[in-house]
Amino acid sequence: MTREENVQKQLAGRFPEVSATIRIARERRIFVDVPEKRFIEVLDYVREELGFPILCLIIGLDEGERFGIIYVLSSSDGNIVTLKRHVPRESPVIQSVYDRLPNSEIYERELADLFGITVTGLPEGPRYPLPDDWPAGQYPLRKDWKPEMLGSKEAAINE
Amino acid sequence: MSRVTIPLGPQHPALKEPANFSITVAGEKILSTSSRLGYNHRGMEKACEERTYIQDMYLLERICGICSHSHSTAFVQTVEEIAGLDVPRRALYIRTLIGELERIHSHLLWLGVAGHEIGFDTLLMYSWRDREVVMDLLALLCGNRVNYGINTIGGVRRDITAEQIAGALRDMDILEERTRYYIDIATSEPSFIARLAGVGYISREDAVRLQAVGPTGRGSNVAIDIRATDPYAAYGEVDFKVITDSHCDVYGRAVVRLLELMESYRIVRQVLKEMPDGPVTVKAPRKIPAGEAVSRVEAPRGEDVHYVKGNGSDKPERVRVRASTMANIQAVNKMMENNNLADVPIIIAAIDPCFSCTDRCVRVIGGKREDLGWRDLRRHGISWYRKHWGIDFGELNRKLHSLRGER
Repeated sequence: MTREENVQKQLAGRFPEVSATIRIARERRIFVDVPEKRFIEVLDYVREELGFPILCLIIGLDEGERFGIIYVLSSSDGNIVTLKRHVPRESPVIQSVYDRLPNSEIYERELADLFGITVTGLPEGPRYPLPDDWPAGQYPLRKDWKPEMLGSKEAAINE
Repeated sequence: MSRVTIPLGPQHPALKEPANFSITVAGEKILSTSSRLGYNHRGMEKACEERTYIQDMYLLERICGICSHSHSTAFVQTVEEIAGLDVPRRALYIRTLIGELERIHSHLLWLGVAGHEIGFDTLLMYSWRDREVVMDLLALLCGNRVNYGINTIGGVRRDITAEQIAGALRDMDILEERTRYYIDIATSEPSFIARLAGVGYISREDAVRLQAVGPTGRGSNVAIDIRATDPYAAYGEVDFKVITDSHCDVYGRAVVRLLELMESYRIVRQVLKEMPDGPVTVKAPRKIPAGEAVSRVEAPRGEDVHYVKGNGSDKPERVRVRASTMANIQAVNKMMENNNLADVPIIIAAIDPCFSCTDRCVRVIGGKREDLGWRDLRRHGISWYRKHWGIDFGELNRKLHSLRGER
């Protein structure tokens, strides 16, 4: 059994509800959709028990009614498991994983700035990456955001 | 002693790029540091969603002037994976070749910058002079010193000739000889060692916890190199060592980069000698099917991660990029603790944050439009400084002549 199949088997055995969504895209690439309720449990299991301790990246996705958030976890032998969770667009709130993975800070600040997802449990610190005087309520990576939505002051800076 | 917080940047002579570090010191000793980034945020991910895949490739190549090939490779790899393209082997070898030449030029550039930051400017002059060898080679192979434009979705845009292979092999001999000299300096020159040893210390545990990547991690004995652990292009078929060092300080990072140069020459030689025959590109569809892929590339500064999601049209649904400096920024804050304030420039430089680089060809926009070549640009620069407030060597030369009695 390959490493990828082994990960799939173990994960499906421990969390039967995700078994249908595990997809081995190619060698060293495993994609999993995780229900929001059990997300942190699955994350910890993949990280600690299956040997994927490296957080490469957190990706936000605007999928219309809801936001997708993808956590890219890597093992030291080059395999990648991506765990995807969903939060509703009306109340996009997630708990930070900063206590487990301190390097998540900058990626979670990006989710807050660019998608307007509220991340609870992050330490105090500067925002990233938008300027301090960026107008409130403008989230540039949402699909319905257009540069024209900026006021004339911001637009003048961009010209 | 009372604590003082010193803001460094976003604009500061010791930083070549805009970043802000708030450094809390007691006397000369750094207690803690926090950083604020984002001054260079250009909205590229949003821009990618409004452009076609091919346009995105050229846009993403311009994320960085030095790691440009790494970014375009990471991007085309994701698109090729989604589209299910079978890239010809010769194209993969050429990508590997350009990737290693990029690493050579970046590491030599870093060596010079590090020399400059510690007041060893002779090293800067030497290593940047030698770097011109690989820059000329890149220009010969790709037509450009930076932003090589060699990649395309489905392969590479230029083939390589037998004469170019012979020339590149000769250049590797020159560079290897020069690098041996630098390794000799780095391991035997007492002032170089004394200046870097113990500076910017980060233990292996902290490097793992904060997930430092590239030479920053490997300088603290974290043996992760994407070329070996998650092979792409032709790296699965070439033989090379993953260089690590257990000094865990700026000296360790310098040693890793210098020894990696030697491995790069080995990889380039293997790639050139074993270059398979055949086509260099397959035809890629304009519309990329729905799907997603994650791709990683070991850029000179560490791991670059690209994620692309396609929706069946000719434009991507989402593009996400993580460059290596972003992964290393927390490690930098940690490294600064307990160091002297004067060590800040070299500690920041030791992770090799991305610097800008210039193209050799400029277009003067104004009354007259014209293209300037490298030679014309140099001539233009000299005459501009003569005309303005530059140094007039004429008077100095006359004085020298009269001192020597050569009237």
